[in-house]
Amino acid sequence: MSCPLNRYLLLMAQEHLEFRLPEIKSLLSLFGGQFISSQETYGKSPFWILSIPSEDIARNLMKRTVCAKSIFELWGHGKSPEELYSSLKNYPVEKMVPFLHSDSTYKIKIHTFNKTLTQEEKVKRIDALEFLPFEGKVNLKKPQHIFSVLEDYGLDPNCIPENPHNIYFGRWIADGQRELIESYSVKKRHFIGNTSMDAGLSFIMANHGKVKENDIVFDPFVGTGGLLIASAHFGAYVYGTDIDYNTVHGLGKASRKNQKWRGPDENIRANLRQYGLEKYYLDVLVSDASKPSWRKGTYFDAIITDPPYGIRESTRKTGSQKEIPKGMEKCPESHVPVSLSYHLSDMFFDLLNFAAETLVLGGRLVYWLPVYTPEYTEEMVPWHPCLRLISNCEQKLSSHTSRRLITMEKVKKFELQNIP
Amino acid sequence: MKLLTHNLLSSHVRGVGSRGFPLRLQATEVRINPVEFNPDFVARMIPKVEWAALLEAADTVPKGPIEGYEHDEKFLRQMHHVLLEVDVLEGTLQCPESGRLFPISRGIPNMLLSDEETET
Repeated sequence: MSCPLNRYLLLMAQEHLEFRLPEIKSLLSLFGGQFISSQETYGKSPFWILSIPSEDIARNLMKRTVCAKSIFELWGHGKSPEELYSSLKNYPVEKMVPFLHSDSTYKIKIHTFNKTLTQEEKVKRIDALEFLPFEGKVNLKKPQHIFSVLEDYGLDPNCIPENPHNIYFGRWIADGQRELIESYSVKKRHFIGNTSMDAGLSFIMANHGKVKENDIVFDPFVGTGGLLIASAHFGAYVYGTDIDYNTVHGLGKASRKNQKWRGPDENIRANLRQYGLEKYYLDVLVSDASKPSWRKGTYFDAIITDPPYGIRESTRKTGSQKEIPKGMEKCPESHVPVSLSYHLSDMFFDLLNFAAETLVLGGRLVYWLPVYTPEYTEEMVPWHPCLRLISNCEQKLSSHTSRRLITMEKVKKFELQNIP
Repeated sequence: MKLLTHNLLSSHVRGVGSRGFPLRLQATEVRINPVEFNPDFVARMIPKVEWAALLEAADTVPKGPIEGYEHDEKFLRQMHHVLLEVDVLEGTLQCPESGRLFPISRGIPNMLLSDEETET
C-alpha cells in the first residue's frame, strides 16, 4: 500500500498550544497544501505527523511558522525500538537511497524529550540503526544530511517512564522561525506602549491571517505598530490607524519604566526602520475605527488587530460636545471630545462590518476578543454573513478572564443588505 | 502621507456619502522619499487606483493604466514614484462636499470628526 503523499513529522514548541494547529493549517493553505492529518488528534503533544504534497511546501511552511521547531521527512516510527526498526524496514528503499549514497555525508542525532540519556546510551541507539543502507561518510561538523531519532517520554517531568511512548526516525529538513521571537522581542524595541503584543503572538497572528508578500495589511487599532511589524517582516505593506493622536505621532509619556517622555526615535515608522522594514510602511492616520475614512472598495488583504477592550487600555470613540462630563479628555490637535465608553459589542460589530466591506475576497480578519470566562459561550463570538469563522483560540489572562484570537475569512461579497 | 493613501481616503462627514471622495489635497510641505522599487507590489496596486482622483492630486501621472502594464518597467517606476515616494508632510485634505478640512501634520492625516459631524 503506497501513499501518494509523503509523511512528515513536525516537532512543535510547547507554547500557545491552542494556536498551533490553526497556524499550521493557515500556512499550509497559503502554500497550496491542505492539512491532511495522519494521526487522531493534535492536542498537547509536540509530535505531529502529517501528510504534505511536497518538500517545497514543507520548506515554505517552516519559513513562516513560529509554532513549529523543526520538520523531518518521516521514515519510520513505533512505540518501541522493535516497532521502529520494522517500520524503517518497510520504508521504500528507493526513497532512502538519494540521501545515503556513497558520495554523501551525514550524521545521526538522538533527541529525547523529557529524559536525559548518557552519551553511551545515545551511541547504542545509533549503532542499532546499522541495518539502514547508509553508504556515505559520517561528518559531524557539516554533514549534507542530518537524520534524527526522536524519543518521546511524555509530558510529565515528575513521571518519566523507563521506555519511551513513541520513537520517530526522520531526515531533518528545516527549522521554523522561533528565533524571530527573540530578535523581535518587545524588550529591544524602540517604541512600545502599555499593551504592545508579545512578539511570538504577533507572528502567530500574521500567520493566522495568511499574510503574504505584497499584501496590504491594516490595523485599525494600531497603537505602537507591533502587529504591523510581523506582517512587514513577511513582506506585506502596512497601514495603521489609531484614535490616540500622541501614540500615532510618537509623543507623550513613555511606557518604559525609567523613561519619562518618548524620544524622537519612537514612532511606528521608526519601529519598522529598526528592523530594516521601513519600505513596507505605507501610512498611519489618526482616526476613529468606528467612523472609518476609507472609500468604498476592497483593498485590504488582511486586517490584523488587537482592539482596546477596557482591561488595560480604555476603549474610546469620538463623542459629542453635548456629553462632555467632568474630566473628559480632548484630543490636543483636533479639539474633538473623546468619550470614554464604547460598548464592546458595537465595536466588534463595526469591526466585522468594516472587514466585510474592505477585505478582498479570501482576505482574513484576525482580532482578539475579550472574554469573561464563567459566562463564555460560543454564541458570543461575533458573526457576519460575509465572514466565515476559521479559528478561535483561547489565551488565559487571569482566573476569570481570557482573550480569544478569532480568525475569519471573507467568503462572500459585501452588499448593503448583508448588514445583520 | 503618500498619494496611494490619498487615493483610498474619503470624507465621512454626515450626509456626504460617496460625494466625500476624493478629498481635495492642498500640500504646503512635500518631501520626496526614496522607497525601494518593487514592481510586483506596484502592479498589484494599479487595479485598485481611482485614476481620476490620482490625476487631481498629482502633477506628472500617466493618464491611465496602459496595456500590458504589469511588464512595463518604465510605467511601473513612474507609478511607484507617484504613489509611494511623494510624501505630503504638511497640508490639508478637504471634503469636496462639506468643505470640512482634515489637517496633515508630520506626514500624518488627522481624520477625526465629532459625533455631530459624522454619519449615523
